[in-house]
Amino acid sequence: MYPAKFDYVRAHSIEEALQLLSQHEDAKLLAGGHSLIPMMKLRLAQPTTVIDIGRIDGLRGVRRISGDDGDTLQIGALTTHAELAASAELREHAPVIAEAAAAIGDAQVRHRGTIGGNIAHADPASDLPAALLAAGATVHLQGPSGTRTVPASAFFVDLLTTDLGMDELVTGVEVPVRGEGTGQAYLKFEHPASGYAVVGAAAAVSMRGGECTAASIYLNGVCATPLDGSAVAAKIAGTAADDATINAAVAALTAEDPLADVYASGEYRAHLAKVYAKRALKAARDRA
Amino acid sequence: MSGKIGSAIKRREDPALITGRGRYTDDLKLPGMLHAAIVRSPHAHARIRGIDIAAAKASPGVHGVFTAEDVNAAGLPGMVPVGWLLPELKTPPHPILASEKVNHVGDAVAVVVADERYQARDAADLVEVDYEPLPASSNPKKTTEGAQQIHDEAPNNIAFDWEIGDRAKTDAAFAAAAHTVEVDLTNNRLIPFAIEPRAVIADYDGDRGAITVHMTTQNPHVHRLLMCLASLGFPEHKVRVVAPEVGGGFGSKIHHYADETIVCLCSIKLGRPVKWTATRTETNLTDAHGRDHVTHAELALDEGGKITGLRVETWANMGAYLSTFAPAVPTYLYGTLLSGQYDIPAIHAHVVGTFTNTCPVDAYRGAGRPEATFVVERLMHLAGEATGLGPAEIRRRNFVRPDAFPYETQVALTYDSGNYEPALDRALELVGYDALVAEQAERRKDRTRPQIGIGFSNFIEACGLAPSAVVGSLGAQAGQWESADVRVHPTGTVTVYTGSSSHGQGHETTFAQIVADKLGLEVDQVEVVHGDTDKVQFGMGTYGSRSAAVGGSAIARSVEKIVEKSKRIAAHLLEASAEDIDFAGGKFTVKGSPESSLGWADVTLQAYLAHNYPDDLEPGLSATTFYDPSNFTYPFGSHICVVEVDPETGNTRLLQYVAVDDVGNVINPMIVEGQVHGGLAQGIGQALWEGTAYDEQAQLLTGSLMDYALPKIHNLPMYTLDRTVTPCPHNPLGVKGVGEAGAIASPPAVVNAVLDALQPWGVRHLDMPLHAEKVWRATQA
Amino acid sequence: MGVPIKVQVNGKTYERTVEPRTLLVHFLREELGLTGTNVGCETSLCGACTVMVDGKTVKSCTQLALQADGSSVTTIEGIADGDRLSAVQEGFWEKHGLQCGYCTPGMIMAATHLLSENPKPSEAEIRAGLKGNLCRCTGYHNIVEAVKYAAAKMA
Repeated sequence: MYPAKFDYVRAHSIEEALQLLSQHEDAKLLAGGHSLIPMMKLRLAQPTTVIDIGRIDGLRGVRRISGDDGDTLQIGALTTHAELAASAELREHAPVIAEAAAAIGDAQVRHRGTIGGNIAHADPASDLPAALLAAGATVHLQGPSGTRTVPASAFFVDLLTTDLGMDELVTGVEVPVRGEGTGQAYLKFEHPASGYAVVGAAAAVSMRGGECTAASIYLNGVCATPLDGSAVAAKIAGTAADDATINAAVAALTAEDPLADVYASGEYRAHLAKVYAKRALKAARDRA
Repeated sequence: MSGKIGSAIKRREDPALITGRGRYTDDLKLPGMLHAAIVRSPHAHARIRGIDIAAAKASPGVHGVFTAEDVNAAGLPGMVPVGWLLPELKTPPHPILASEKVNHVGDAVAVVVADERYQARDAADLVEVDYEPLPASSNPKKTTEGAQQIHDEAPNNIAFDWEIGDRAKTDAAFAAAAHTVEVDLTNNRLIPFAIEPRAVIADYDGDRGAITVHMTTQNPHVHRLLMCLASLGFPEHKVRVVAPEVGGGFGSKIHHYADETIVCLCSIKLGRPVKWTATRTETNLTDAHGRDHVTHAELALDEGGKITGLRVETWANMGAYLSTFAPAVPTYLYGTLLSGQYDIPAIHAHVVGTFTNTCPVDAYRGAGRPEATFVVERLMHLAGEATGLGPAEIRRRNFVRPDAFPYETQVALTYDSGNYEPALDRALELVGYDALVAEQAERRKDRTRPQIGIGFSNFIEACGLAPSAVVGSLGAQAGQWESADVRVHPTGTVTVYTGSSSHGQGHETTFAQIVADKLGLEVDQVEVVHGDTDKVQFGMGTYGSRSAAVGGSAIARSVEKIVEKSKRIAAHLLEASAEDIDFAGGKFTVKGSPESSLGWADVTLQAYLAHNYPDDLEPGLSATTFYDPSNFTYPFGSHICVVEVDPETGNTRLLQYVAVDDVGNVINPMIVEGQVHGGLAQGIGQALWEGTAYDEQAQLLTGSLMDYALPKIHNLPMYTLDRTVTPCPHNPLGVKGVGEAGAIASPPAVVNAVLDALQPWGVRHLDMPLHAEKVWRATQA
Repeated sequence: MGVPIKVQVNGKTYERTVEPRTLLVHFLREELGLTGTNVGCETSLCGACTVMVDGKTVKSCTQLALQADGSSVTTIEGIADGDRLSAVQEGFWEKHGLQCGYCTPGMIMAATHLLSENPKPSEAEIRAGLKGNLCRCTGYHNIVEAVKYAAAKMA
């Protein structure tokens, strides 16, 4: 309940944050604080310096950008879950992200937690990661040597581990505007205690003329990183994506080393993954 | 505000609580106050080889670091006592600070006091304890089967071996039975989880040799008594215990904890007030837990479905030490309730209480009675299936008949009153039983669909604890009466000093209603004082659904005495005889001459002026009562739960919950319903979500809200409540008590419902909590 | 080492220095003496510590005081209009939406925010809106009734 001592510095720009990060050993970036502060209260994290990036200008909000490969939505790293959930742009063009954000914790948590902090922490039971994958998102990072982008699929490396370098920070997430005839859905089996995802399934299904042209399904909570259901998606693409096809396709979903805790065993999580993959794919299809 | 008995007036407690002005223990700040942090064992079982406090002492802001050595040096007895003894009970010592051995995670070994709480925590981290870990046990049955010995005094880790009923007669009933059903079950261990963590502020006055302790307690006088007798050793008149606002208890704030005296030690050593407030982790590791039984139970029935015998074998987890009332919970509050609402001619129960390397277990909302009800109602569900009679008919055939009261059970209780069938009828009507059964049959045609389950629970509880002589003969080290001092002021307003100590139950409203009703006053003319040993004469506190039945009865008795005396004063003033005085609506009148009357305040003023006064009467108008009930009270009810189980995930959704309770007369229906609601949620929580888990080293795996699932608002339905009224025949208010009803009744109602939903899969039993995975696995078998 | 902080709480401006690690809830309770906001857990799940920062509910146990520097904070002490209870406070009183009262300040803050965003919530929306707040006493039934009462009153 009582964090250990630390020094507090406030960064007013990305550059200042990066400079502070390079100056202080054992420093932690603080955005909304909803991953870091709980760990600090239990003294599971004891950074010597906390760099508050919560007030950096320009890192908040969702903007639509036109590009050569089609339009995208630029989501600033400091955009809160509540803002994601309420964003008209996201609800229209990448609804799976708005839906996943709305499924996070509770109203108070959503008011403070940020997308950047969430994905940098990479909790496997969090709601956003699979949704970002299903939406085809790219993560924008900035470090001392400049900016780079990483597809969400390569960003989540392992349990609580991402591709983010020690000297980098997440500046935002870029999501393509969903195509015509594409439906998306996020469905979650909530842990009755923590409210995190025991399993959270994010699906996107594109339909044209009664045929599924593309599908994707990713799941939170099952493994250390979002479970990739492309084997399932492959069995659906090119079909009418009817219930029978989806029901049969999810059999292809296999979870290597599923997570297990007191509440849900690995075997059960793997089972739920199939159930929720099925339900999310159907919901996405119905919205396509 | 008029507050007649039976009216649902708003609570007088609330204006402070809805504006943030309520003062809980941690809200209090005394001049010069320091903050304590307690250093606790991270091991479930370990020998202490040494404690190094040097670094902690040198930490910024630290005023003192204390260990068991300081307890002895300060001359404190330093032992946590047990308040209920059983024959041949093993009572191993429980020092407030461990020096040789720790016996559960959270056992206290040292305390650090600093200027502020962050500093205290910093320094606590610097106390180095050298532990030699020992093998540990957590299961109440396995601990007796060759586990590491925990206390030298208790071979095989057995604290007591207790039985009730007639074994031979019961065995004979089973030998002759037409049907038998049996079940092996656990009653899951629960964390009480009052949202306010425990807290203590001790303020030692060296000049007077006295100490004032503000703390989170349900029974300040009992805390003072136990501290004076065993842990603190001060004379009782030198200790003041005060309960400020208390943020829920559910049993966990009845018990005397080591921490309370540890904080006193700090204040004595440093001569300054010291506050300790548990963190959530700390309070979950050390607040006495509830339940934790392993049970084998069997029911014998004749051809017609009439019960002929009940046999129960239970291992009850006491945890690492015997907490305050722990030995009573799985014995006299459990074994005696095994007859339920039923006429059972032969019962035998055998209970073994055992030590494990876990947090002590003690009374938690319902205390023994939920465990008994769970056993009986699970068996009734199974008997309904085995006999083909179904859940309603099997119960009807076995109810104690309304003309059989007072009914003497085979397990030492005499039910004073009851009428069980009307409550069942009403519950069936409210839930819409026939339509549900039809819907259930329809769903069962397709096992992939979510299935409907309907669960029954017909419970009885013995509450209104309790006739002192009875509990004394059973081992209680305290009486169980309650006191009330009702003081009428010269101007006619009233202050009530009650030994019942409210922590959410609304005593200040309910008790004022009793007085206002009987004296013809407005509720605002009655003040209720509780929770302070310096103000209140003595009190046993609030637990066991006893406040209205025992505390309220004490007030009613005092009011009767006051009416009696005031009639004599009025008679004198009206020049009539006392027998001819009627008192109603705050007015004294002479029988037959209504024009001859006096108002309430005319008489109360005269009681204090005593200018024109009966010769044989003392001035003043107050009355103290120590009300000792002649029997327990026996609330009962009929609950029906309806669930929908998704066989694909195992998830359970509550569709309906109907509770028809009979708690006797009702003083404030709004408060009574609130008590039922809260109890239901706790029982539903036990059935579906709550439950501790320990690993092989007896580490608690569910110590925080990340893993321990309290019932949440979005997982619960609106409840449908109704009441039947069978007044208690032996107390002046006809009330029985309602605090625990919901928590007692609901676990079997929910579990029976889920198992009813799983009937197509032939599942006979699942242990609580019915987490989705467990239910899903049952559909895979 | 103390760091300066300037914060408006219930309309009043406070300037203090705080240790960086001070949580907002401890700043409110210990430094400003606003003890209506309670602490019930340490995992950001019980909601007893709910206050509003710049109009949005937050768990004040999961925010450093310094993160609220320059912000406007509303606590349970600032919800009533003088002696006039807010509709939500009134609803909790009328409908017996509290027993021990410990979770109540957080509940009232969460309900107040819910109604500010959704003035006519359904029962399901009330339950979803308050899922970050735990109550061990009421079984939530009368909390739902209290919020419904407040919504009707404010309509």
